[in-house]
Amino acid sequence: MPSKVEGWKDEVYGEEVREHLFEFAEKGWEAIPEDEHDAWFERFKWWGLYHQRNGQESYFMMRIGTPNGVLEPGQLKIVGEIADEYARGPVDNPEFGGAYCDWTTRQSIQLHWIRIEDVPDIFEKLEANGLSTIQACGDSWRNIVGCPVAGKDKHEHVDAWPIAEELHEEFKGNEAYENMPRKWKVSVTGCDEGCGQGDINDLAFEPAEKEIDGEETMGFNVRVGGGLSRKEPRFARDIDVFCTPEDAPKVSAGMSALFRDHGDRDDRFNARIKFLVDEWGTEKIRETLQEEYIDYELPTAGEDLREDYTYNAGRQDEHGDHIGVHEQPDGNYYVGLDVLVGRMGAEDTLELAALADEYGSGEVRLTQRQNVIVTDVPEDDLDAFLDEPLLEEYSPDPHPFMRGSIACTGTEFCSLSIVETKNRQVRYARWLKDNVALPDGIEDFHVHLSGCTASCAQPQIADISLRGMKTRKDGEPVEAFDIGLGGGLGEDPHFADWIAMRVAADEVPGYIQNVLAAYEAESADEESFREFIAARGPVHAQHEDDVVPLRRRGRYGRPADARPRRRHPDLGRRLIREHLRVRSDRRRYGVG
Amino acid sequence: MPIDVHQLDDGAWISVDDTREVNVGDLWWLARQDCCPCEMADFLAEGFVEVGVDPPAIEARIAGQCIACGASGVTSWLAVGRVIDGEFHAVAPESVHVPRRRTRLAGPE
Ligand code: HEM
Ligand code: SF4
Ligand SMILES: [Zn+2]
Repeated sequence: MPSKVEGWKDEVYGEEVREHLFEFAEKGWEAIPEDEHDAWFERFKWWGLYHQRNGQESYFMMRIGTPNGVLEPGQLKIVGEIADEYARGPVDNPEFGGAYCDWTTRQSIQLHWIRIEDVPDIFEKLEANGLSTIQACGDSWRNIVGCPVAGKDKHEHVDAWPIAEELHEEFKGNEAYENMPRKWKVSVTGCDEGCGQGDINDLAFEPAEKEIDGEETMGFNVRVGGGLSRKEPRFARDIDVFCTPEDAPKVSAGMSALFRDHGDRDDRFNARIKFLVDEWGTEKIRETLQEEYIDYELPTAGEDLREDYTYNAGRQDEHGDHIGVHEQPDGNYYVGLDVLVGRMGAEDTLELAALADEYGSGEVRLTQRQNVIVTDVPEDDLDAFLDEPLLEEYSPDPHPFMRGSIACTGTEFCSLSIVETKNRQVRYARWLKDNVALPDGIEDFHVHLSGCTASCAQPQIADISLRGMKTRKDGEPVEAFDIGLGGGLGEDPHFADWIAMRVAADEVPGYIQNVLAAYEAESADEESFREFIAARGPVHAQHEDDVVPLRRRGRYGRPADARPRRRHPDLGRRLIREHLRVRSDRRRYGVG
Repeated sequence: MPIDVHQLDDGAWISVDDTREVNVGDLWWLARQDCCPCEMADFLAEGFVEVGVDPPAIEARIAGQCIACGASGVTSWLAVGRVIDGEFHAVAPESVHVPRRRTRLAGPE
């Protein structure tokens, strides 16, 4: 039997939700019949509005989808103005003040505390400036992601930005694809570094080459069925299809129609295409795509560039995260700025927009690491730009822990969350910066914190993964985290191995400190954290009692007189386990 | 009057007569349960997978994890509250609950 949500969607969904939304806006919040709240809230998601958690009645989160994270000149200012005017709640956030923007892990923008009465004005302002909230949430084509410097980077194989734009035009507001069984996330990348994060999307186009009719053709290989949610993470799987840039819309249409028609509409927990790929296997997916949805013969996969991927690849020669100053092919520069946990106050947003105008072309881009990039800065203006006071807060050269911290929305606004997220991650990052050493040369260290298993902060692809949990301390429930190590993307992507479960939130920083002490002390020259973890073998522990207690150390906050243990012949492995010593010496670290 | 119950926001809520009543994130004490070997599971609710009505009880199957032993699973049917005179009264998660195998069909969803 189709789920209740499917029933609501059958009645009203897609584009037409807008009329109703505007009608409610005009009459006011009270006009939404109470016994229809659930149905309407579900439908509003299609237009980017997500009702906030209990106790925040009548307030919505609003998501603006910016394809490939590109904000054209002038657009950031509009976003800042909207945040300033409309995204103010009844209470200030102690870290971020009254009005702010969240740059998200899928290169979108999230505003909070939006009232339905303001929606028409906000839409008018957004749309007059080429922005929209269309399909930013709900069961349809979500924001298209890709390499955030597409068209501006020297590492490019194919310029994927026009294709992302084309897909955005084609599939946003397209009736045939407006009602999918579940969300549909697409990544298009042409750069040879792997920064599109295609591996964790439902549909991924990644750069490849193939000889077609005797000619070397640049295009994409197609992968399907990636995603991180529900403790069921999957990397997208290769379906052995090559696609020219011209055919990308056809293949996209075919794949999304296949999901539309064959995805599970009875059980939303089983609805993502990753589960269909599990069930069918890649051959049947390809066969069905070819036979039912594509009117030309699909070429088999071309030669990919995965071997060269450096983005979040756990290698020493990481291209990294676009933070810092980088030359563009046209001789100008792009400057990536670190935004801790992706949240920026409205005033700062407006200031950033002004700086982008003054020094660059006015364009600003959002990355999948919750950061921002100012593009098109001429060499002569670089120094002056880098001297701007705003860049002290949003640094092009941040400390590795500030740079690598990502956090999801969490209990502040999200009903699914088990724990506080963004503000906590801010406290963690500051504490780690002040208290924990990293080996020389490590510039970028990824700690991703998600409030629940939905994994919006992409915890499984971080050096250190934190996933919200609960535990008991002295009998009382407290917020806690499952901790994973050694995840990342690259040629051979790897999900973090969960090694410690339900560590109380106030013990997490010390825990990380101990892991990194082992890394600092024992890693070989130039060994990345991911390599270090992989070389020592992942340590799986369903819970702490499975883990053997380990040698203690004096240097990093542990009792110096602790009895050294010599139970494990493999020193490295033992050291990794060392931080799992979480019994009698559990202690607070002043942050939690 | 029939009671309308469903799960919302992908399992974050149980909604009863269109009011969000039961949220994920609580710890439930479960006895005689089959999710894990513990005599009493200390069960963190992470998502409501199925909901149903057995008047006056509102019932659900909860996906989650026992924080005592670490096992993940989905519970059998649990009463999460009752509707009396049209008003929902939630049970206290921290008191002891006994899930049961359900014999009749659940409500929609
Ligand atoms: C109020 C509830 C929620 C909030 C505030 C929220 C917030 C976010 C944000 C900010 C992002 C990145 C932005 C983007 O998609 O453009 C995101 C991504 C994501 N969301 Fe959520 N989300 C919510 C509910 C959910 C639910 C219910 C699920 C799944 C059951 C989910 C799964 C994900 C996943 C897996 C990602 C990103 C990782 C990927 O690309 O696979 N979220 N979410
Ligand atoms: S990971 Fe969970 S808590 Fe965080 S925003 Fe996503 S759904 Fe909410
Ligand atoms: Zn148990």
